[in-house]
Formats: sequence, C-alpha cells, structure tokens
Amino acid sequence: MEVPPYRRTGIVELGELARLGLLPPERRLRRGPVAVLECPEMIPCNICVPYCPTKSIRMERLIDLPAVDWETCTGCGMCVAVCPGLAAFVVDLSKEDYDYVTVPHEFLPVPRVGDEVVLLSRRGERVGRGTVIRVWERNRTHVVTVRVPKGLGMEVRAVWVER
Amino acid sequence: MTFRRGRRLTFTFEGSPLEAYEGETVAVALYAAGVSVLSWSSGLGRPRGLFCMIGKCSSCFMVVNGVPNVKTCREPVREGLAVERQRGWVPPADAAELGEVETRELETDLLVVGGGPAGLSAALEAAQQGLDVLVVDEHLRLGGQLLKQTHKFFGSVELFGGLRGFQIAGEYLKKLESNGRVRVLTQSAVYGAFRGGLVGVVGRDAHYVVKPRAVVGTPGASERYLDFANNDLPGVVGAGGVQTVMNELGVKPGERALVVGSGNVGLIISYQLLQAGVAVEAVVEILPEVGGWFVHAAKVRRYGIPILLRHTLKAVYGTEKVEEAEVVEVDEGFNPVPGSEKRFKVDLVLLAVGLEPDARLFAQCGAVMRWSPDLGGLVPLRTPGLETSVRNLYVAGDASGIEEATTAIIEGRVAALSAVSKLTEGSRAGRAAEEAERLNRFLWEEYRASPLLARARRGKQSVTVSEEEMEKVRALSPPPVSFG
Repeated sequence: MEVPPYRRTGIVELGELARLGLLPPERRLRRGPVAVLECPEMIPCNICVPYCPTKSIRMERLIDLPAVDWETCTGCGMCVAVCPGLAAFVVDLSKEDYDYVTVPHEFLPVPRVGDEVVLLSRRGERVGRGTVIRVWERNRTHVVTVRVPKGLGMEVRAVWVER
Repeated sequence: MTFRRGRRLTFTFEGSPLEAYEGETVAVALYAAGVSVLSWSSGLGRPRGLFCMIGKCSSCFMVVNGVPNVKTCREPVREGLAVERQRGWVPPADAAELGEVETRELETDLLVVGGGPAGLSAALEAAQQGLDVLVVDEHLRLGGQLLKQTHKFFGSVELFGGLRGFQIAGEYLKKLESNGRVRVLTQSAVYGAFRGGLVGVVGRDAHYVVKPRAVVGTPGASERYLDFANNDLPGVVGAGGVQTVMNELGVKPGERALVVGSGNVGLIISYQLLQAGVAVEAVVEILPEVGGWFVHAAKVRRYGIPILLRHTLKAVYGTEKVEEAEVVEVDEGFNPVPGSEKRFKVDLVLLAVGLEPDARLFAQCGAVMRWSPDLGGLVPLRTPGLETSVRNLYVAGDASGIEEATTAIIEGRVAALSAVSKLTEGSRAGRAAEEAERLNRFLWEEYRASPLLARARRGKQSVTVSEEEMEKVRALSPPPVSFG
C-alpha cells in the first residue's frame, strides 16, 4: 500500500483533505465560519459527533472519517475544543480585510483577547502575526480565535505567545 | 496542568539535607534537586541515572536507610529518610537485621495484578458483578501509566474519549473507592504463584499469601532499549520515565531534548515536553514514515519540531550526564550513511522505541507463551475470553500484547466478565458471558478494523485460540499451577 505523503511529513496538504472530503467547498468557505477537520486517518474516535451542537458531523462506525454537513455547520468551534487529536479548526474567509482562524491551544501563557501572537503554519513556519479576538476553554484546551492577514486562513494552524 | 504538592519535608542525601514534597518518590525528589547520578554500575563503575521510573528496570537502585537495592522510583520520600548512592551490586541486607515480617493470609474471588487501565477496569467490572476483588500494585497509587497521560484520549464517550488519561484513572478510582467489594494493596508486588493456587505478595508492611479463585494479570510492559555508544549515560531516559517525572510529579525534566522514535509515545512526549517548556530539537525515526497517528505528528510539526525520518541515534556524549547527542542517517538496509552525522546540544535523550510486554507472571505460572513481534515480544496464548493455559489466569492490557490504554480497558472488562461467567452461576454467569462476547465483537470487528491497527490485530489473532484448542494445549503442556 502506498504511504500517503502526510505520513512522511506530518503535514496534510489541502488537496489531500479535499480528496478525503474534509475540505469545505470554496463557496462555503467564502460564506462564513466553518469547521475544517484535518483528520485523514481512521482513528477509532468519534468525540466530535456527540458534541456538535448542530449535529453536523456524521460517522457510521467509530473508525470512519468525520463527514461534515457544511450547510448546517455554524463554525461554533465546539469540535476545536473537544477533538482529542487537536485536529479540528474553524476558518472564516468571508471578510474583505482579514481571515479568521480558530485553533486549539494548550500552552502557557494562555493568550488574552487583544494579544498580538505569532502565527504558525502546519509546517511550524512563522507566517505572520495576528490579533486574538476570542478565547474560551474546555477541559484545559483553550479555543483561540485569531484575526490573520487576508490569505492566511488556510495556512495558520497554531498560535504562539511570545513571552 | 496544575499540581497539588504535598507538605514540604527534609531527607538526607549522602548526609546532606535536601527538601522534597510529600507524595514524591525518592528518585523524583533527587532529580528535582539536580542529582542525576543515582548509582555506579558493578564492574566498570559507570554512572547510572533514572530510566523507566515504574519499577521495571534497576537503574534507580539506591541504599535507603541502610537497605541496599531499593527501587527509589517506587519509594516514597519521607521526613528524615537517609538515601545514599550505591557502587555496584550490594548483597541484600541480612534478614535478621531487617527483623520479622508478619505473614497474612487473604482469600479473594479475583486477584488483579497491576492497577493500570486494564487492572482498574477488570477490578471495577468484577466488583460490579458481585465478586470480591483484591488489586495489587507496585506504585504509591493506582492508575498505572494513566496517571501521567495528560493528553486527551481518542474513543467514544463510553470509552472515555475526550478525557485526559489521569482523568480516566480518577473516574475509576472514584468508583472503586465507593465499591465495598474492592480491597487495594499499593506499594506491593506479586513475587510468585505456587502450587495450591497461592500467590505471594510483598506488601508495604506485611507479607501476604493470597488464595484467589481467579487471577487477572495486568502487569503492563517495559520500555525497550536501544543500542548506541554511551547509552547508559544519565540523561538517556525512557519516554515513560520522563512522563512520570514531568506529568505525574510536575518536575521539569531538562532544558533541551532529543526524542528517539516517532510512534505515538514519542510524538505525544515531544508535545508534552514543549508544554513543560523544554525545547525539543528533533524526533528521530529510523523508518521512512512516521510511526504514530498523523494527528499527533501534526501537533508537533506545527510548533516547529522536525521529524527526521531514516535517522537513528549514533552516540551520546557527556561526563556524568548527557551533553550532546549524535544522530546519523541510515540507508535502505538501515546502515549508517557515513558523513551524515548531525550533533545536537541536549541534556535529555528520550527513548520511545517501543514497549515489551511483561511476561514474568505468566511464564512463572507455566502458561504456554508465544513470541509475537507484532505484539512486542513474549505473551501468553489465550482464549477469546482472555484465559491463558493456566486455568482461571487471565491476561489483559499491554501484557497481552502492546496496544494502548483504551483497548487495555476493554480487555480488562472482557477478562473480568469471563471470570464472572465461570465463578458465578445462573443468569448472572450467562449475562457476563454475553457481555464479554459483545465487547469482543466491538473490539475485533469495529475498533481494530482500522487499517492503522492491522498489525496489533494480526498479532492478537495469532495468539488467540478457541476454547477447544486451548484444552488440547493444556493436555499437551499441563501447567504446574492452577487457580480456583
């Protein structure tokens, strides 16, 4: 069996997510916040399903990949908070001037609203700086929404608070 | 993470006073105080530091209150304790000097050996089904490796998915404490099983001879070692050993680390080191692909930790402690590529190169064993209900073949339910057998159906035989011990 590239790099490409049905369609991305579940492997886990408040994530078997109903997903970020793999994100590409990304954060210090933070890509590259606009917490995972330069919405997957 | 420290106390290390917190082990208290050399090896007199931190290796043997060869990773630090390093092998203290130890006889329906995820779930299931249960564990508290798992677990809500490992242990401990049928012996080790179905236990303050009707063995696993120059230098630590120091007892283990092995353990520990403020230079992996789940790899990659595939550790350097590590690329045949060496200035090298099932209890009982590379080593042959060739001796968790905590929890329940179905009668026995079958169907047909778990599934299949087949095995290799 061919080894998928993400098993060599630890980085999943957008094309791969699209192929697996994990990438919201372009039109939906332009409309407002929506969940992007970067979960390409058959992990025996379905925690995002019962916690989704709009019942927008489906899984027949425990090992299935999550299937998101993009029409009913509101991008609330509950999946970001509960995903044990820290693989759920919310992106909002609908605004003219900025993109918005919601990421899980489990490091100290906890970012505060208004903080300027370093934006990290899937590769760990520092791709810019952004402003924290919302922070909430669930079972010690902080859910951080950050305003990022336009065009970085599908790039940024972590933030780092410089001490 | 928050850590509730116990009260401050003072003990002595080679005559000098050191401060510690109640609830810490001697080994961790010394580590926190900056003591990296715990003993010197016999023969070459090389320095030895901590390695496994769960009582499986001998790296932390010290002289405590004049008694040599004490596993200091299992010894609670106490006010006024006198701790000294030992040089090489020291013969055990004279029995007469140590004084008499009382022997107590105990009877129980079910003896559970090991209080990790498999043991906890076996104990709770059996107690809920009406059996009297005795749990024996070497550590200061029950929970096994769950106590140091700070990441959230996969699974469904029923399988504790979304909870962190230590929270799962907490859930079990709450339920066990409120169940009057469960007795617990911590800081106690099963040392052997004997004819007549008796089990010997070295307890904290007494020697126990236990007569159980059935035994569920969940002794877990130990960390594998790796061959490289100076691999015995303090600072070369098992990944699980560092988790004990860092996640269970809240002591920062070092400043700069290199992690060897990109399985889930290696990836998770890298992320946890970063959380504790330790810089992780790289994760080194000899294979051409990441060993663990992609999502765990993605977690470390997005914080800038490189994963060096087709690389291995060549050597570490330092006088009494790791100061530098040398990594080398390997070719298709896993041979080092000359000239590809890279050096990292690190004070910690973590080995996360796999686990090996703890086979001792089963082998000593005379259970028929099988070698399975897919499962990490020697494991007992078992029926679908997890009974070994020794009647009424069950196996669950990593000792049955390396998987992870969630499968260990399920196996613990299967083993307990199988025991219940044999030790009870009527409708209770029937219901237990049905529930064990339901869990087994889920485990084999749903959980392990993931292609990424194919190896463990294949391994477990290769060491599982039908009840009829097991009867034939018993006739050919009658075990010297039986329970019940």
